[in-house]
Amino acid sequence: MDSDAPARAHVVLDDADIGRAVRRIAHEIVEKARGADSLVLLGIPTRGVALAERIARAVADIEGTDVPVGALDITLYRDDLRLRPARALEETTIPPAGIDERTVVLVDDVLFSGRSVRAALDALSDVGRPAAVRLAVLVDRGHRELPIRADYVGKNLPTSLAEDVRVELTEVDGVDRVSIWGEPR
Amino acid sequence: MRHLLSAADLSLDDALLVLDTATELATVTDRSVKKLPTLRGRTVVNLFFEDSTRTRISFEVAAKRLSADVINFAAKGSSVSKGESLKDTALTLEAMGADAVVVRHHASGAPHRLATAGWIGGSVVNAGDGTHEHPTQALLDAYTLRRHLRGGSGDLAGLRVAIVGDILHSRVARSNVLLLRTLGAEVTLVAPPTLMPFGVETWPCATGFDLDDALDGLDAVMMLRVQAERMHAAYFPSTAEYSRRYGIDARRLALMPEHAIVLHPGPMNRGMEISADVADSERAVMVEQVANGVSVRMAVLYLLLGGQKEGSP
Repeated sequence: MDSDAPARAHVVLDDADIGRAVRRIAHEIVEKARGADSLVLLGIPTRGVALAERIARAVADIEGTDVPVGALDITLYRDDLRLRPARALEETTIPPAGIDERTVVLVDDVLFSGRSVRAALDALSDVGRPAAVRLAVLVDRGHRELPIRADYVGKNLPTSLAEDVRVELTEVDGVDRVSIWGEPR
Repeated sequence: MRHLLSAADLSLDDALLVLDTATELATVTDRSVKKLPTLRGRTVVNLFFEDSTRTRISFEVAAKRLSADVINFAAKGSSVSKGESLKDTALTLEAMGADAVVVRHHASGAPHRLATAGWIGGSVVNAGDGTHEHPTQALLDAYTLRRHLRGGSGDLAGLRVAIVGDILHSRVARSNVLLLRTLGAEVTLVAPPTLMPFGVETWPCATGFDLDDALDGLDAVMMLRVQAERMHAAYFPSTAEYSRRYGIDARRLALMPEHAIVLHPGPMNRGMEISADVADSERAVMVEQVANGVSVRMAVLYLLLGGQKEGSP
């Protein structure tokens, strides 16, 4: 894969950086929620789920509480379904205790246009009625197309639209790395 | 995939995609809001030239759970009973903007004609044509087998299934043989010689005439309804004799391994191909087949209509 990769890729976060970002986000989530009792972490497949599990482990280290973790597939709620052939669905798993009256933290790898989060909010309202919904992302790369912002951000990464941000996580890709690809600004 | 006309059109990857999609869509049934916005603004026409309860309702529920608009068109009480042709009916539906037509017809091949004649631009789903095929029934049967016997994932490699009864008039049998073979299962057809279709030796399955012999070592048995309405000749001497030789009862259930299940596409003739105590036993999965039918049909409609139309920019 590296042989045909463009030379203008550079790594912005390595495994240690990602680890620190996850721990800080976990601290911020617990601080804002005043504990971990009413929290539910829902990852958006596929890398959001891996991140949600990491945040849950970090919260367990801090508070000694196991936070329920789930996955929320947004495919069926996307606004660009008709622009591409029908896609295979990812797994949705809602923790057995549900999400009603809890604080749901949506977790995704990259926040870009905001359209995925819009779809996730719609999906969430069909599953239940949380007390509050927060958003945690590893990378915020800007260029929002909807009035959506993240509550917890691992790294703000100003990018141009010609660039591509790639998040790789050990669980999915075998390596922890965030890199920028494409034309330099 | 633009149409679903035959189980033979599905490759192993296609079939697994439908089953995996159905597995995810099944979770919608457990939610408080049993609705997805995915097919909002799309129109699905149920075009039924033949009586059907569960298939039509199943497609209707599936389309509605995906937020599609559903138009039910039954030939009885429509212009078809005044002599309108399939072509004119199709052109009418096309003018009304149908994105998909789910068709059941008494003539084998009618869905194929509808899909290939250029009368309509939407997708065609075969919901049973004559004695030919019924692919969504085969998909829901495969889904049910996979859930019970393979933990709900992967293919059906090595699974041993017998399909028993009126094979001659059964579209379910043909679709099941084709799909189960694609998924890797070994299928045996068991029927009286008079109810075996011509040319069955070319089908990718084994055949047998003795049910007791076939039951040993099976993972599942699929009982077919004796389709008296299609029988214009004496195919077997009496109901009692048919039932004795080809019906499943408690004795025959005991001949199968403990884990084996009994399927039936419905509607059942209790006392004919299946005894009441078997039909009501825990190993009979008919009610679950109906529920799985909705999930599988949601998957088919999503995969046909949920994305970009083929050929459009």
